[in-house]
Amino acid sequence: MSDRASGLIKGETGDWEMVIGLEVHAQVVSQAKLFSGASATYGGDPNAKVSLIDAGFPGMLPSINRVCVEQAVRTGLGLRARINLTSVFDRKNYFYPDLPAGYQISQYKQPIVGEGEVEIDLPDGSTRRIGIERLHLEQDAGKSLHDQHPRFSYVDLNRAGVALMEIVSKPDLRTPEEAGAYVRKLRSILRYLGTCDGNMEEGSLRADVNVSVRKPGAPLGTRCEIKNVNSVRFVMQAIEIEARRQIRVLEEGGKIDQETRLYDPNKGETRAMRSKEEAHDYRYFPDPDLLPLVLSEDFVGAIRATLPELPDDKKARFIRDYGLPAYDAMVLVAEKETAAYYEAVAQGRDPKTAANWVMGDLFGLLNKAGRDIAESPVSPAALGGLLDLIADGTLSGRLAKDVFALMFESGKDAAAIVEDKGLKQVSDTGALEAAISDVLAKETAKVAEYKAGKVKLLGYFMGQVMKATGGKANPGVVQELLKKRLEG
Amino acid sequence: MSDLTDLTLVEAQAALRRRAVSAHELVEAHLRAIQDANVLNCFITETPLHARNQAKEADRRLAHGEARPLEGIPLAIKDLFCTKGVGTTAASEILRDFTPPYESTVTTRLWAAGGVLVGKTNLDEFAMGSSNETSALGPVLNPWRRQGSDARLTPGGSSGGSAAAIAARLALGATGTDTGGSIRQPAAFTGTVGIKPTYGRCSRFGIIAFASSLDQAGVFARNVEDAAVLLREISGFDPADSTSADRPVPDFQAATKRGVKGMRIGIPKEYRVPGMPGEIDALWTQGAKWLEAQGATCVEVSLPHTKYALPAYYVIAPAEASSNLARYDGVRYGLRIPETDLIDQYEKSRAAGFGKEVRRRIMIGTYALSAGYYDAYYLKAQKVRALIARDFDLAFAKVDAILTPTAPSAAFGLGEKSADPIAMYLNDVFTVTGNLAGIPGISVPAGLSAEGLPLGLQVLGKAFDEETVFRVGRAIEEAAAFNSRPAAWWRTP
Repeated sequence: MSDRASGLIKGETGDWEMVIGLEVHAQVVSQAKLFSGASATYGGDPNAKVSLIDAGFPGMLPSINRVCVEQAVRTGLGLRARINLTSVFDRKNYFYPDLPAGYQISQYKQPIVGEGEVEIDLPDGSTRRIGIERLHLEQDAGKSLHDQHPRFSYVDLNRAGVALMEIVSKPDLRTPEEAGAYVRKLRSILRYLGTCDGNMEEGSLRADVNVSVRKPGAPLGTRCEIKNVNSVRFVMQAIEIEARRQIRVLEEGGKIDQETRLYDPNKGETRAMRSKEEAHDYRYFPDPDLLPLVLSEDFVGAIRATLPELPDDKKARFIRDYGLPAYDAMVLVAEKETAAYYEAVAQGRDPKTAANWVMGDLFGLLNKAGRDIAESPVSPAALGGLLDLIADGTLSGRLAKDVFALMFESGKDAAAIVEDKGLKQVSDTGALEAAISDVLAKETAKVAEYKAGKVKLLGYFMGQVMKATGGKANPGVVQELLKKRLEG
Repeated sequence: MSDLTDLTLVEAQAALRRRAVSAHELVEAHLRAIQDANVLNCFITETPLHARNQAKEADRRLAHGEARPLEGIPLAIKDLFCTKGVGTTAASEILRDFTPPYESTVTTRLWAAGGVLVGKTNLDEFAMGSSNETSALGPVLNPWRRQGSDARLTPGGSSGGSAAAIAARLALGATGTDTGGSIRQPAAFTGTVGIKPTYGRCSRFGIIAFASSLDQAGVFARNVEDAAVLLREISGFDPADSTSADRPVPDFQAATKRGVKGMRIGIPKEYRVPGMPGEIDALWTQGAKWLEAQGATCVEVSLPHTKYALPAYYVIAPAEASSNLARYDGVRYGLRIPETDLIDQYEKSRAAGFGKEVRRRIMIGTYALSAGYYDAYYLKAQKVRALIARDFDLAFAKVDAILTPTAPSAAFGLGEKSADPIAMYLNDVFTVTGNLAGIPGISVPAGLSAEGLPLGLQVLGKAFDEETVFRVGRAIEEAAAFNSRPAAWWRTP
């Protein structure tokens, strides 16, 4: 991507700019589906979580699940968006075996949430505001299984009727990196709010990506929509690949057809699913089985009153109260659990040291073990204990790393490990003097060089002493004693 | 007792309670009458075993003084109401073998009130029709015939089987649904009372949908009081139907006894349509006089958008139907013509499963909702609908109820209009307005045509004011003293 300076793609005919908008489908966290009492939880035997309403039986009627409405409003508030006190459910009509009623209940002209914004965090620590166009509630479809039988397709309706929030961004994104940051940030906000678990592997969060290209300053180009992309990495790849395809077509004198495309990560290409001409006419109209959804100010106010501190506010507080660099704050607030962990460690300790340990050693070992922070074998209190041993001089930084690895492995706390392994730092000047005498006696040539002015050798002597003491020597004390001996 | 099927519902209630008759006897009498009336084709499914079991329980409760309001009363249910374990077809090939594992809210309430199911009645396919001729199971015959003729007449539609069953005394009460007149027009054609309550008064849960914003359950009975008793039992809020109204259900039966003294009755001038037979016009005028004689004042009112009602209805109803009927795709239940290609399977299953009129309405509705036509048809029709509702609001600011003919003709012959959909749709001209506005309407038999066929008058009331509708309906009934009944020509000797 070296040819993409300042977010532009260099083509044969000059620079191109990408214009990107995302429609993110987020599964609402709720016990039951949007319009039926059936369970909305993931997994289970096929068709085990299906009510007669979900299966589209004759005479069945939808009735809205209040929890799903609350979750949509909560999300809208978290996106600093306008809540529409009156919204309307429409039917989107099309035939498919995993759509039992022959229509999906969605919101078309009057969504429950209007314009809002998401602040994305860029790698250089800066932020950018991305507009939210709308958020609406809709039903998920079931799943068609085409690989279970040589001649038949099977249908699993467990997901049919599960509540989704479709969150539509404005076409404000300009690079795959921004799009990735947007999805990550949106996911983070949803998880803070508890309105979507954000699990992309289980399909709780998936994105339709709209991409077009243009010469900088030119009017918008024709866009293509890449459907159902299910990871941040794939979102970024799909955009890059699709933008380059469009540039190639345009530079060869062709034109872009507005169409729906599919990203194939194995082949590293996008390909057309259906063109505009073949596009469905969904015949949207207000669902006559459902009255307009009317919310009171009190209903919205009660939800507003229970909003948690969201990532942006938390980040600002971390910078302000802990004096953390923006980058550290961004990393630490991305997950609510991480932020809480960090705060527990930082409580009454040096905030920057705490941040370094959480983001460095802890993240490193967690990553290696494939665990998330909730499953960390080292509790915040235990990590805090370790930091305290460093602060009071019991452990050197180097020793502390070893101790931490043992803590991670055994789940024991730092003090116990120090005790067991006799890792206590040696600060006793008598013992250290002896070690220093031994080293200096062996290194007479280097001592002479030092005295001739090569003071850099102090580090070398330090290393020798540390080695001789098995790393347990207190480096501060060693340095002090060494200087005294060499210069005295 | 001469013939137990001659009892009215209220009379039967009393006879059962004083144990002059048992539920067993009452039900057997009706089951026999049903057997004898096979030629009328009123029923798609007869349920004698079911009926006998319910009768047994009714007798047990009657014996213990635990009678519920409809204990032991034989009822016929339009085959559009889902009944658990009893086939429910909507008179369509596509649901011919469908047996729901659930019960509609309306029928749940009826059985909880002690009612006895004698059978599921025939109807126009998916309630789309005004003559019962679109039924995949053949038309229902009207028990009434023209004087000196044995021409087969329609009982009207879509609830033709229920209406005919009441007229032929095969049940003491019946349910219907009314989307554009499907209770009131058959009631008028069969000399029975039929009421469509306010939209939202009864739950639609478990009723196979035709046009959701217009469909409403209602009842047929032989007189106004019986209808009032039945309607009360099926009314009330149901959390499973978001469009049902959470408001108290008044004692409709008590209302029928309150008279019309001091009421103001509107006579809408726009309902004098060209081509309407003089005898219907005359009956309408007579109806107004009857009400005045009982102390009401009749005044002319204007419902200026009436002429747009029928076109608006025939956009909105098919539009909703085109979507409501999408679920009949041969995938999960109902008729499937197996094909290796999905689209082929859809097309063949639906072509084989739906009759001509249903297909016509799906096409019309799909067209009306299509991109580029939505505004011109569906949206426009919704605006007309709002204007029609406003017409009624303005009229009801001045009057308590509105009196109109129910239908522009008496029952017509089978086949007479089936080739001309527009002529058929015109049957609904006086009734669709009530559905578009969501207001209650009753049809009461008020006289006979020159040919000896029953004619009905319709009373429309304010939303959720069924009480007034019943009061005025009862006043018409009392004055008309309609006691004609069809000769029982259908009885096989």
